[in-house]
Amino acid sequence: MNLLELRGVTKSYGDVHALRDVDLCVEPGEWLSIVGPSGSGKSTMMNIVGCMDSPTAGSVVLDGVDIASMNASGLAHARRNTIGLIFQKFHLVAHLSAVENVMVAQYYHSMPDQAEALAALARVGLGERASHLPSQLSGGEQQRVCIARALINYPKLVLADEPTGNLDEANELLVLDFFRQLHADGTTLIVVTHDPEVAALGDRQIVLNHGRIVRQIDNRANARVPVALTPPGGLS
Amino acid sequence: MFWRMVTRALLRQRSKRLLIALTVALGVSLSTAILSVMLDVGDKVNAELKTYGANIVIRPKGVAAVDDLYGQLETPAAQAMLAEADLGKIKTIFWAFNITDFAPFLEAKVSLRPEGAAEAVPVPAVGTWIAKELALPTGEDAIAGMRSMRSWWDVQGAWIADTDADTVMVGKTLAAEQGISVGDRVNLTYSGRSINARVAGIVDSGGAEDGQVIVPLTMLQRLIDKPGAVGRVEVSALTTPDNELARRAAKDPSSLSAQDWETWYCTAYVSAISYQIEEVIEGSVAKPVRQVAESEGLILEKTQLLMLLITALSLIGTALGIANLITASVMERAPEVGLMKALGATDRSVVGLVLTEIVLVGSLGGVLGYLAGLGLAQIIGASVFGSTIAFTPIVIPIVSVLVLGVILIGSIPSIRLLLSLRPAEVLHGR
Ligand SMILES: Nc1ncnc2c1ncn2[C@@H]1O[C@H](COP(=O)(O)OP(=O)(O)OP(=O)(O)O)[C@@H](O)[C@H]1O
Ligand SMILES: [Mg+2]
Repeated sequence: MNLLELRGVTKSYGDVHALRDVDLCVEPGEWLSIVGPSGSGKSTMMNIVGCMDSPTAGSVVLDGVDIASMNASGLAHARRNTIGLIFQKFHLVAHLSAVENVMVAQYYHSMPDQAEALAALARVGLGERASHLPSQLSGGEQQRVCIARALINYPKLVLADEPTGNLDEANELLVLDFFRQLHADGTTLIVVTHDPEVAALGDRQIVLNHGRIVRQIDNRANARVPVALTPPGGLS
Repeated sequence: MFWRMVTRALLRQRSKRLLIALTVALGVSLSTAILSVMLDVGDKVNAELKTYGANIVIRPKGVAAVDDLYGQLETPAAQAMLAEADLGKIKTIFWAFNITDFAPFLEAKVSLRPEGAAEAVPVPAVGTWIAKELALPTGEDAIAGMRSMRSWWDVQGAWIADTDADTVMVGKTLAAEQGISVGDRVNLTYSGRSINARVAGIVDSGGAEDGQVIVPLTMLQRLIDKPGAVGRVEVSALTTPDNELARRAAKDPSSLSAQDWETWYCTAYVSAISYQIEEVIEGSVAKPVRQVAESEGLILEKTQLLMLLITALSLIGTALGIANLITASVMERAPEVGLMKALGATDRSVVGLVLTEIVLVGSLGGVLGYLAGLGLAQIIGASVFGSTIAFTPIVIPIVSVLVLGVILIGSIPSIRLLLSLRPAEVLHGR
């Protein structure tokens, strides 16, 4: 069974059609990359999949539940139980320390557990910085706090919208390493990116343009049959 | 975690929160002051209004009607009298504490001859209490008399004392006619008996007393040989404005049902107080001097209405002010709130979080405002009524409810804002 299934999903803002009739299936454990030019509807899709927005038309089945027609509290419920979010801008609560930012996610999910939150920070290499405020952390460190927060409740689906867009190379590599680890652990990942190299890390890439999926590239197929086609994204 | 989030958030944006607290404090201090004054002002306003005269007059039975028809200066010889010894009982009725003052009057036409003058002139003499110390049947002490009941009298020289046997005060007009000044001696004569007295003071009362001689009650009783007699008593009482029940009772108390009668008797209607006075003073008729009594209650009601209006307006102002401040502060925190929603917070929990913060900040303001309001009440009391305002505990729950109401009403716009915040829009900066 698919973890995520979009059928005929359309999202319109008046005349602007951010998504048009999109069909997409994501299997459990899959790493999907979404690429496409600016304004093509990538973030819109992430918002809908992330239960932060509802489509104008179509159905979205997440983990066996249709979320397209859910009300706000149903969406909040699905969001906290199934989804982990990572943003381009890090979005930490400014007046809470690193560990408290992680604990907020625990609090809204179930029960805050400081020891577990500290362990999560240690896993992203920030064990020493747990009591620091976001303003005292570098961009890369903040993004790692976000990752710790996104993963703290063991979400089935991790959504990352340009997670490396604001990072230098060293931090980008660190973040990508976490993704590889997550992938290896069997977490389903959807990553929006402008970076072809990052996109190529996924099992599969979809290319959006003007709200439509214009191309799908299966990196696994390419990897298995490297000579059949020259993959547009290349391998890393 | 909830409280951790609340306290961390409170420590941030401190100046803005302080502003919210101060706005609440301002509104609350005004309401506290006005409510305190209002609840205590009944007595104060009554005390002020008391200067316009007594509101109950007690006369001996049978005389009351005649007196009204022929004026008050008939020779008392033939008339029934009240007993001076009974007067303390006035302070023992159910509504004793509402009796603020009273004074007896004994009146007679006497001949007055200033020492050195050839001829005597007939003048009205009034015997009364000045500041009589009473030992009540209950064992308590009280002071009653003209000194406080006619506090506005302008006395040149000195007030006489109740125990004086040979001092008098002379009304301003009379003194001018007879060429009497402070320190002069005068002879008072009544059917053969005579007293030689010193003029202690000249009274400017603005009323009938300006043409009279005012003497201690006992002195006049001696002069006209009516020991222990009193012609009438004026009583100042704090009263509740009359309503339909009071009017019915005033016509005929016995027409009331037992329950109505109970209610009436246990309310400080001027008619109920009069009735109770008649009960304790034998052979007396106590009549409300209606106009004054009623207007006292009316003026009091109007003053209180005015104060309530001011309180309501100040609270509306406060609500608008904090609505603005809270909305601004919530807008500033939109990204944070959007993030919490993205992390799975429901609308209810986000509203709960923000409301808790606001209520905490508002309560701080409320406490500050309450304390400031108590001070303000004293300032108002001192400058308007020249006295302190009593501490009224009932103000605390009233003000608490008002604060909470104002804060919640003031939060409505920001709560709507919180509910309409969509995480997707906030987080992607649209
Ligand atoms: N709330 C909105 N109101 C109106 N138009 C919107 C709204 N949200 C998105 N759009 C429009 O929908 C289209 C898709 O937007 P979206 O944010 O999904 O693009 P994107 O692919 O994420 O772009 P980028 O790479 O620049 O982040 C854009 O044309 C955008 O202007
Ligand atoms: Mg985008």
